[in-house]
Amino acid sequence: MDILVCVKRVPDSAENEISVAAGGADISREDLVYAVNEWDNYAVEEAIQIVEREGGSVTVVALGDSEIEESVRREMAMGAEQGLMLVDGAFTGSDGLGVATILKAAVQKGSYDLVLTGAQADDGAAQVGGMLAALLDYPYASLVNRVEVAGKSLRIGREIEGGSQELNEIDTPCVLSIQTGINEPRYVGLRGIRKVASVEIPVLDAAALGVDAAAVGQAAAKVRRVDYFVPVAGAGAEMLTGSTKEVAAQLVELLKAKGGIN
Amino acid sequence: MHALPFSPATASLAGVPARLLFLLIPLVGAACFAWMMVRRMAPLMKAAPDARFDNIGERTILVLKVWLAQWRHPRYMLAGVLHIVLFLGFLVLGLRSFQLIFLGFMEHFTLPGFGGELGVVYNIAKDYAATAVFLSVVVLAYRRGVVRPARYAVPKELGKDHTGEAILVLGLIGTLLLSESAFEGSLLAAGTHGTATPYTLAWGFQHLFSGLSIPALGRINVASYAIHDLTFFYFLCLLPMGKHFHVITSLFNVYFMRLKPGHVKPVKYGVDDKGLDELTSFGVKKIEDFTWKHQLDFYSCADCGRCSDNCPANRVKRPLSPRFISIKGRDHLYQRYPVFGTDKTEAEPLIGGIYSEDEIWSCTTCGACEEECPIGIEYIDKIVDLRRGMVDEGMVPQSLQKPLSALEKRGNPWGKLEKKRADWAAGVGEGFEVKLAEKGDEAETLYFVDSMTSYDDRMQKIAQATARILTKADVDFLALGKEEKDSGHEVRRYGEEMLFQSLKEQNTEAILETGAKRIVTSDPHAYNALKNDYAGLPPVEHVSEVIAAGVEKGKLKFSPLADPSKTYTYHDPCYLGRHNGMYDAPRVAIDAIPGLKRVEMAGACKDRSFCCGGGGLGLFYEPEEEQRMGVLRVNMAKEAGANVIITACPFCLTNMEDAIKVAGLEGQMEAIDLCELVDGQLQH
Repeated sequence: MDILVCVKRVPDSAENEISVAAGGADISREDLVYAVNEWDNYAVEEAIQIVEREGGSVTVVALGDSEIEESVRREMAMGAEQGLMLVDGAFTGSDGLGVATILKAAVQKGSYDLVLTGAQADDGAAQVGGMLAALLDYPYASLVNRVEVAGKSLRIGREIEGGSQELNEIDTPCVLSIQTGINEPRYVGLRGIRKVASVEIPVLDAAALGVDAAAVGQAAAKVRRVDYFVPVAGAGAEMLTGSTKEVAAQLVELLKAKGGIN
Repeated sequence: MHALPFSPATASLAGVPARLLFLLIPLVGAACFAWMMVRRMAPLMKAAPDARFDNIGERTILVLKVWLAQWRHPRYMLAGVLHIVLFLGFLVLGLRSFQLIFLGFMEHFTLPGFGGELGVVYNIAKDYAATAVFLSVVVLAYRRGVVRPARYAVPKELGKDHTGEAILVLGLIGTLLLSESAFEGSLLAAGTHGTATPYTLAWGFQHLFSGLSIPALGRINVASYAIHDLTFFYFLCLLPMGKHFHVITSLFNVYFMRLKPGHVKPVKYGVDDKGLDELTSFGVKKIEDFTWKHQLDFYSCADCGRCSDNCPANRVKRPLSPRFISIKGRDHLYQRYPVFGTDKTEAEPLIGGIYSEDEIWSCTTCGACEEECPIGIEYIDKIVDLRRGMVDEGMVPQSLQKPLSALEKRGNPWGKLEKKRADWAAGVGEGFEVKLAEKGDEAETLYFVDSMTSYDDRMQKIAQATARILTKADVDFLALGKEEKDSGHEVRRYGEEMLFQSLKEQNTEAILETGAKRIVTSDPHAYNALKNDYAGLPPVEHVSEVIAAGVEKGKLKFSPLADPSKTYTYHDPCYLGRHNGMYDAPRVAIDAIPGLKRVEMAGACKDRSFCCGGGGLGLFYEPEEEQRMGVLRVNMAKEAGANVIITACPFCLTNMEDAIKVAGLEGQMEAIDLCELVDGQLQH
């Protein structure tokens, strides 16, 4: 099974103090450190595990500027043997549809049985996976937390509201968006990254992909960010007082009243 | 030389000269034993290298102290003293057993030099030794068989009980002693062999046999000789099959034991830091990846359970028992390299095989096991090597991946901003100045703060107290500020060597850049890292040494305690105490405070201190455990009659404060750092 996993380089939400930049249209990007979007790590791990069981190959693709190489290499260090970088100034500022359009071209450049994305990105809107599937005319399943290969189709588990689980069969080729918790992504240290430091990663631009530069990027975006702001804090927190026992009792009552517990 | 009335060498069995049999038994026994030893050596020959052929003088002293004088044994008084009797008895009786082998076919054999006075003295010594050992064996068998101390128990999932093996061996030793004494007693009873040493086993047998005819005594003589001979060689060939292999290996194990506590072995001996990138694999993944000394450790484990009895992870029921790291390793070696049969050549991963991931992550590297082991078996390096192997394979729990990633990107495990690393300095107070390398300041002493004390709101108070103490002690100091990275102490001990190397390089460069002539730190983990893991730095001191020196020089003077009713106890941090032997300086500092009443947690202080739960990455790992180590520790302080626990480590302090809450001792018990205590009493 040949698998393509789409990964995104994002500001690491755990290791940054995110604040809105002076202009109000973006976050402050000084002093930021970046990481691979957390969901994408689970998608890559799942792809590697599928290939370990079933054979095949894993290719990791990322879109952005030259900085994405670090992210692609990190995922290759996990065990994806091939990388692919989609880099073109014309891609900058693409909306979800634009990104899906570029990725579609990348998918069609190869021959993949399965395309994985993370369920969402730390800085995203959880839209690219579905759009990519639609553009490719592939079947799509979101929030997947289990994948089993069954011949030409896959049996996939999805988490649904209230913690229940459903099981579906889906034909390949298809697109799945992967939920965290599907596996335990393996650790990648400096040593792993150094091991793949000299592996060649093809870089494709709009022309190489056959993407019309006018159809993507900032100018073509139909969704535009208007503002960035920190919401006004609501009324202050309610402080429970009394002994530990009393506080616990009050808390239980509150949780019951607000539907937190039954 | 007068003729003996009878001798195994001259006896005949069913018309055949007995000496043929008594020649055959040693030949077969020795051949069998030699073959077993060759087979046992096989894996050691293929093992990873280990540099242990240095420091002959120091190693010889260790042999005299730890092996010959059994230095660590009386830490468990009854078992220890009994073992010393047994051990010394073995040394004395070993010669006699050697002589006896030859008496089976050489009637008048004496060991060279034992013909005259020395022989007479030796005979008396060996008769008393045999008797003393026999009495020990009786007490030991009663202990093992009836009393059954808890530390010998084998958890159900780890196989069957080991009592049978222990009793068998005690039985064999008893048989050797009784048969040797009966052999001697038969000669004494025949009246041609001098006088018995009174109140010994041989003396007892002489009296028992008195009045028997010479032919009857001759039969007893040959029979007891035969029993001794067979038992001796059976026992010899049993040694390399189990825990009594230590009878042979302990001497070597002690000679080659680790000399430098606090240090961690290199990834591979003979490969320096720069060559690490060339290695195709890191750490220990299969049993053959262990060094030969670590494999010898497995062979040498006597299954005494002292390591696990003192292991905090084992005490709180984490899935780790150092004793079984050894026993499982030994059994795995036996199974892959059998005495009879062919070696297994296909690789068998240790993790998921004989060890589990959680088992190996459960260790806090506190060193209690190694401190206790009577024959110098080491565990920390093995655990670190196994972790290196797991890190190399990507087997790292998510709870540790996050802090490791943050350490890589931000130089601290929480991913906090570098520029906030010196924020604590703003709270030191009026009239105090903290110089910072990031501002281009210079000073003679560098205060290495490390991540916990830099960023944790509560622990910043330790940094602030330290800054005030240093100022008061006239120490011209600076901190690195954002130039400082985590010391990487736990990064290394949790197996992420390359990240440690990177942190080490960054810190080393920043420290040397300042031109400071010495380093002071208030974090024992940083202290150990800078002192033992780094190289080429100025001398490193823990702040308690600065305080003790300040007290001695009269620079630091303390006001009496406001509340003299409290009782204090000092908790030795592992990386100050056991790993660096610093037990006195903190106590000197504490005792200099007028009116302070201090008690020791008897039996659980100094080198038997009990880990608080672990520092560095240990704070992030989520182990399976029945309770927290800190809770046990806080209860020990309570039992000692203390209501304040003084620590000298930010990780100990955070674990103690949490444990006090979990144990429900808020209001009755408090924890405080040595620096905070001292700072509070400083006369300004």
